[in-house]
Amino acid sequence: MSEPILEIENLTKVFAGGFKALDSVDLKISKGEIFALLGPNGAGKTTLIGAVCGLVRPTSGTIRAFGDDLSGNWRSARARIGLVPQELSTDMFEPVRRAVAFSRGLFGRPSDPARIEEILKSLSLWDKRDEQIRRLSGGMKRRVLIAKALAHDPELLFLDEPTAGVDVELRRDMWRLIGRLRDQGVTVILTTHYIEEAEEMADRVGIIRGGKLLMVDDKQSMMARLGRTEAHITLAAPLAELPPEIARFPVHLDSTGLDLCYRGGDGTGLGKKEVADLTKALTRANIDYVGIEISDSTLEDIFVGLVEEPS
Amino acid sequence: MIGFNMRAAWAIYVREVMRAMRTAMQSLLAPVLTTSLYFIVFGAAIGGRMDSVGGVNYGAFIVPGLLLLTLLSESTSNASFGIYMPRFTGTIYELLSAPVGVAETLAGFVGAAVTKSLILASIILLTATLFVDYRIEHPILAIGYIMMVASAFSLFGFILGIWADNFEKLSVVPLLFLMPLTFLGGTFYSIDMLPDPWRSIALVNPIVYLVNGLRWTFYGASDVNIWLSFGITLGFLAACVAVIAFIFKTGWRLRT
Repeated sequence: MSEPILEIENLTKVFAGGFKALDSVDLKISKGEIFALLGPNGAGKTTLIGAVCGLVRPTSGTIRAFGDDLSGNWRSARARIGLVPQELSTDMFEPVRRAVAFSRGLFGRPSDPARIEEILKSLSLWDKRDEQIRRLSGGMKRRVLIAKALAHDPELLFLDEPTAGVDVELRRDMWRLIGRLRDQGVTVILTTHYIEEAEEMADRVGIIRGGKLLMVDDKQSMMARLGRTEAHITLAAPLAELPPEIARFPVHLDSTGLDLCYRGGDGTGLGKKEVADLTKALTRANIDYVGIEISDSTLEDIFVGLVEEPS
Repeated sequence: MIGFNMRAAWAIYVREVMRAMRTAMQSLLAPVLTTSLYFIVFGAAIGGRMDSVGGVNYGAFIVPGLLLLTLLSESTSNASFGIYMPRFTGTIYELLSAPVGVAETLAGFVGAAVTKSLILASIILLTATLFVDYRIEHPILAIGYIMMVASAFSLFGFILGIWADNFEKLSVVPLLFLMPLTFLGGTFYSIDMLPDPWRSIALVNPIVYLVNGLRWTFYGASDVNIWLSFGITLGFLAACVAVIAFIFKTGWRLRT
């Protein structure tokens, strides 16, 4: 693992009224990685981002960004962090270009019209540069928020539900943009409800529920640990019971005796191999079958399984 | 940028001034129209039938008071709206996540509110020349005092904008406290004209000292000790800075 760009230790946030939004969260993010934080509504994703970005005051714990403790040396660290919020919050009466230039100045960077032009063009906003933000569509407004977050060339970028409520085309554009940012060495932390997004983009995935980080791992390891293959083999004639050479596989028969269900493997190919061995065993045992349906569990299945588990 | 993020302060300042330009009718023309109406009613219509006050023609006498009336209300409302709107719309996230501290925030928001107040003061003084013949005996001190009052009430407005959690609260303090205190603070009269006990009661009103401070820079005469006026204005300014520093230190109403 390369050097950590963000280190969170034992971070807890208890809001007035006693609601614990974050519960002893530990997390390390490496330079240049794309990290997806998954969790149901109210899990603590936005609070975690807010704590790093200065919007939320942690109750306890430490946050270090670029080696600096944010409770003390926050200025230099914040100048290198960008945030795209979940809500479409921007000064609706400002023209696009001026709003983005304002963000650059706010983060202490010198005026650079050429860089602003480059950012606006990369987000297909150049044609709208002199439009008031309120006249733009929802998708365009979200692009403006991204442009504002990129205006000071952050090294660590937080995207809080960047594709919530946007159309498929814009979502694909966002993914391409995140890919380009990765190529430029920007570290990206994104929260999302779209598991597909995490699967497509992220190097590592964290699953949060009830303010606790349940699991942090790279996608392949997570799939290997928690992934499963499921196969349904439709038999030509019903079986009363499984012969021993079939029963050694992780299978069971349904009540009709016609559907042989396999659940096993590890999400990285072992399951498919075992299903192939199972079909060969069926042939050897003279058990005929007329159909096979096979599916691997997705990250979404793993996510749903984890967040629905009783705590 | 370690100590003071100059570019951020400038960015906030420019944006806030541009915002005022965007609403020039409301920010500049409305106060000028209101003040002109005061001059017509109190200066020309009623003032024409009144004796001079302390050797100053009544129309000219009310110029500093009217100027202060506008300065207090506009400085307060400009700064309070300036910080309340980002809180209301959610755009405050950008300010809070930026390398921006209390100094840059105040320099930007309060600096812009003071600038607007000074532009307004200049326009009002120019407008006043159309209605009354007045003089400014200590012009440098007058400018300094106007800047001090505008800064103090812009800071006060900033606190108000952070305290308020709805539009009603935003307007309740200027309308229910500031305006009555200003009207009763000797804007249109000398408190020496009041019989006791009203004169003694009037001396508890801090606005009396502000009005008299400004009036002294115009005509060299005041109902109260001029040093007390300057002291109270400076003390109010310092108290507002201390409250704002506390707000930023604790994150009260800004950070959850």
